[in-house]
Amino acid sequence: MTTLTDPPKASFRLSMLLYDTRYRSTTIQVVALMGFMLGAAWLINNVAVNLALAGKPFTFGFLDDSSGYDINQKLIEYNSQSSHLRAAVVGLMNTLLVAVMGCILATVLGVIIGVLRLSSNWVISRLAAVYVEGFRNVPVLLWIVLIMVAMSHSAPQPKDFRGEDPSATMKIFDSVAITNRGIYFPEPLFSNGLGDMAMFPEHSTESCEAYAAQSDDAKVIKLAKSCGSFQISLDLVAIASVFIASLMISKLIANRATQIQADTGVRPTVWYYRLGVVAIPTIITLWILGFYLGYPELKGFNFQGGTYMRSSLLALWIALSLYTGAFIAEIVRAGIMAISKGQSEAAGALGLRSGRTMRLVILPQAMRVIFPPLISQYLNLTKNSSLAIAVGYMDVTGTLGGITLNQTGREMETILLLMACYLIISLIVSTVMNAYNERTKLKER
Amino acid sequence: MSVTNDQSYVRTEMLTEQSPPSTNVGIIGWVRANLFSSPLNIFLSLLAIYAIYSVLVFILPWVFGGVWNATSLTECRIVIAEAIGDSNHAARACWGVIHERFWQLMYGFYPSDKYWRPNLALIMLFVAIAPVLFNGLPKKMLLISLAFPFVAPWLLWGGAIWTPLMAFMGFVIGFVVHKFASKIAGSLVGIILGVVSALLWWLLFSSAASHGISHMIGASRMSGEVARLETAIPLQEAEIARHQTIVDPLDKQVVEIQEKIDVAVSAKQPVADLIRTKTPLYLTLGSASSDLSKENDTLNVMKGRLSAIKALPEDEARLQQLMEEAVAARTALPESVAKLTDLKEVKADTSSEDNKLLEAALKIEGERNSLQSNIETLYQDVGLVGLAPVKSRDFGGLMLAILLGITGIGLSFPLGIVLALGRLSDLMIVKSLCVGFIEFIRGVPLITLLFVASVLLNYFLPKGTEFDIILRVMIMITIFAAAYMAEVIRGGLAALPKGQYEAADALGLDYWQAQRLIIMPQALKISIPGIVSTFIGLFKDTTLVSIIALLDILGWAKTIQATSDWNGVIWELYGFIAFVFFIFCFSMSRYSMYLERKLQTGH
Repeated sequence: MTTLTDPPKASFRLSMLLYDTRYRSTTIQVVALMGFMLGAAWLINNVAVNLALAGKPFTFGFLDDSSGYDINQKLIEYNSQSSHLRAAVVGLMNTLLVAVMGCILATVLGVIIGVLRLSSNWVISRLAAVYVEGFRNVPVLLWIVLIMVAMSHSAPQPKDFRGEDPSATMKIFDSVAITNRGIYFPEPLFSNGLGDMAMFPEHSTESCEAYAAQSDDAKVIKLAKSCGSFQISLDLVAIASVFIASLMISKLIANRATQIQADTGVRPTVWYYRLGVVAIPTIITLWILGFYLGYPELKGFNFQGGTYMRSSLLALWIALSLYTGAFIAEIVRAGIMAISKGQSEAAGALGLRSGRTMRLVILPQAMRVIFPPLISQYLNLTKNSSLAIAVGYMDVTGTLGGITLNQTGREMETILLLMACYLIISLIVSTVMNAYNERTKLKER
Repeated sequence: MSVTNDQSYVRTEMLTEQSPPSTNVGIIGWVRANLFSSPLNIFLSLLAIYAIYSVLVFILPWVFGGVWNATSLTECRIVIAEAIGDSNHAARACWGVIHERFWQLMYGFYPSDKYWRPNLALIMLFVAIAPVLFNGLPKKMLLISLAFPFVAPWLLWGGAIWTPLMAFMGFVIGFVVHKFASKIAGSLVGIILGVVSALLWWLLFSSAASHGISHMIGASRMSGEVARLETAIPLQEAEIARHQTIVDPLDKQVVEIQEKIDVAVSAKQPVADLIRTKTPLYLTLGSASSDLSKENDTLNVMKGRLSAIKALPEDEARLQQLMEEAVAARTALPESVAKLTDLKEVKADTSSEDNKLLEAALKIEGERNSLQSNIETLYQDVGLVGLAPVKSRDFGGLMLAILLGITGIGLSFPLGIVLALGRLSDLMIVKSLCVGFIEFIRGVPLITLLFVASVLLNYFLPKGTEFDIILRVMIMITIFAAAYMAEVIRGGLAALPKGQYEAADALGLDYWQAQRLIIMPQALKISIPGIVSTFIGLFKDTTLVSIIALLDILGWAKTIQATSDWNGVIWELYGFIAFVFFIFCFSMSRYSMYLERKLQTGH
């Protein structure tokens, strides 16, 4: 005789798909997936029909066509005969340029303002608060346009620098000229330079070769035999590698000092070794390469020589940095305030001075709080740099999503590519930053 | 006598408290503690005070000594030069540009006699959200909140009253179906049937019903309309003549005063007073002549309608004939092209005769369609019970920013909650769809989404669908904000202790009950700062529409700068716009702090 019996096995009924929690989640997921796929299929079908009607088959072939427009701010060789693809790459590099410059300046501004906002000095902390509230509560587009318009209306024209008694003069020992077209400042030049190295010589552009043929500098001719996709300045590579190598040696010295401190309790004074190790090789390299500054000079209607930063890039850079800086200031302030007062009191009890308390105790802990929102501010800045189109700076939105779109009439392809560019930047930055975040995370039991 | 009894040297009462040193209290103490506590602080304070002083010394006269009465930048500069006696015209602001263009900056091209409609909508908005913002208001006010989403668009865009009513009917139908169906077949089926019936109503019946009502009213009014127009047209002509008598002398006055100004300028005499008298006249003239042209437009509309009504019988007969012809032409088409509706769809191997036949049929059909829509428009116009319609392209200025901001905020909030729940759900497919959507939207800049709205969205819809640019922008702004909102709410949900979920389970609440009663109230409270900063960001981001050629307040600033009168005005315009945005955004952030304090239940 059995006393235990299995409960009667319920046979599967269709209504159990809805009312039985074991099956309901599957039902919902299947319905959601089907709905999504139906919707996607409907949209794609509409796109296919509409594109066919408009006579624009979905291809990316237009990217190889000659672009026919010029870009005034470029980091690699480009002219109007270059392809649309190259225009997009030039634009993408411009986006990255302004994003990197903006992130650096915004971080500097944000850290300074954020610390000042916590200052015990009432006036200073109020001023910092006014800066933060002022910039946070006004659209960034307005700042960009305002700075651009103000610069082009208020700054002197190049012709104002001319004549016996010019109405405008160059600043900082006659080296920097601020005009309504942008800022001219000295450029680094090398009298014994190593020249440029061509990358991917098989993808050389004709215009670059024409330039190389004109030049009478033997080195340029030799190196630019094939111009390649782009060139890398060997001088910069040399300086950068020497500099990084000396930084590493300096780091080794610091590590040794820490070791001695751990063993003996006394930290040897090494800062002048470290300074010398970094500075002397770099200066010697510069000397060997024959480093000098090329100053901008007024010739004809405009300045020649030196480096030139267009007012559109300047306006975008300054506006984005000021705007994002206000947000970063709040993040830094919140990060510092998140560290409990006991930490600084404990550091004080150990006899650390306030500067060291900040550097050794507060900041390393605050960085953990600051870092994730800081990354998202960097990404915001990168995305906001797409507003360049309002001031005519040729970033990837201006080239690919602006002129290329208008000239080829391929809205679908260009906008999809544009979105892909930003998505890839976002994904790369957040992956790298998340990895770093994971490494510095508080290790808990 | 023991020593213990001798208490002569023991103090029996406490000394009175001495006041602290005068340098540590009051203003002096505060200044010492907060401004001059160390040499570095003394230096910084003095530097900061000097910087503030030198900025204020420039800014205050610039703002408060600005010129309000001027009709162009040149005039403005003349007045400034006369007032402060030198040629540095940047020392005072030219508020004349704000004075003259204020209404455009606020409303764009929205007709000035209908400004009450957006204003009323805004007031209704405050009444509608009052129950959310403040405690202790009567429950009946929720009825206004319920009506607001239907009334506000009707107020802004105008049109027949039936449209919002029919939209509202959809909810009523859905609710009724849900009630009945859940009694019969359970709650889940009830919800599904309710939603489906409401959707069916909106997609298939509501617009037909509201058009049908307008058509019927139009048909019944048609004969009366002729009589009304015939009496109204002479009245309107008299009205125009009356406006003309206002405009003409004003025009003359302005011309006279302008001549005086020109003479005075060339003779280098002071003209500031003349300009000051001219400005109000000039502004009145501007509004009077715009009134006049509006009355003229009304007259033209009346005349056009009268002739259309008179021609109506003929047109309807012609339509009948065209319809028969179209059917005949269509049936006569050969097999290969019989179902095509566009010449572009014709296959390459079709013979040229077939092609010609199709072309002819399409021509007749096109004629039929345009005549039919003209007649229908006439019926709709005559049968209009409601507000005069306003076109989307007339929307602009700050009004557009507020409209986009509020719809974005209102719609992105529920969508964001749904996305956040989806992202945290156990259902793998739902979760990955939500994650994909959120990360995609957050990874691209808003401007690319606005490009999609302006050039791409029509490709995604069935052929021939066209809808309003403002509506398209609203959709894009909403989904953009929803992705950010979802992340903020997800943060709030993640911050909630796990015990809350377990407690809800222990009480036997199902998923939705637990969300509604336990999880969401707490999670949303935690996420208030994030939610409000998303709202502020969204409101600021509405300025991006100026890049896709919508005339919001920033777009208007550019337009005004491009006019010859105000070419070169920078700080006044942008300063004013920045001030407006600052007021809105700053008060929103202060409100979020108030809300945080109000909802604070901890210690």
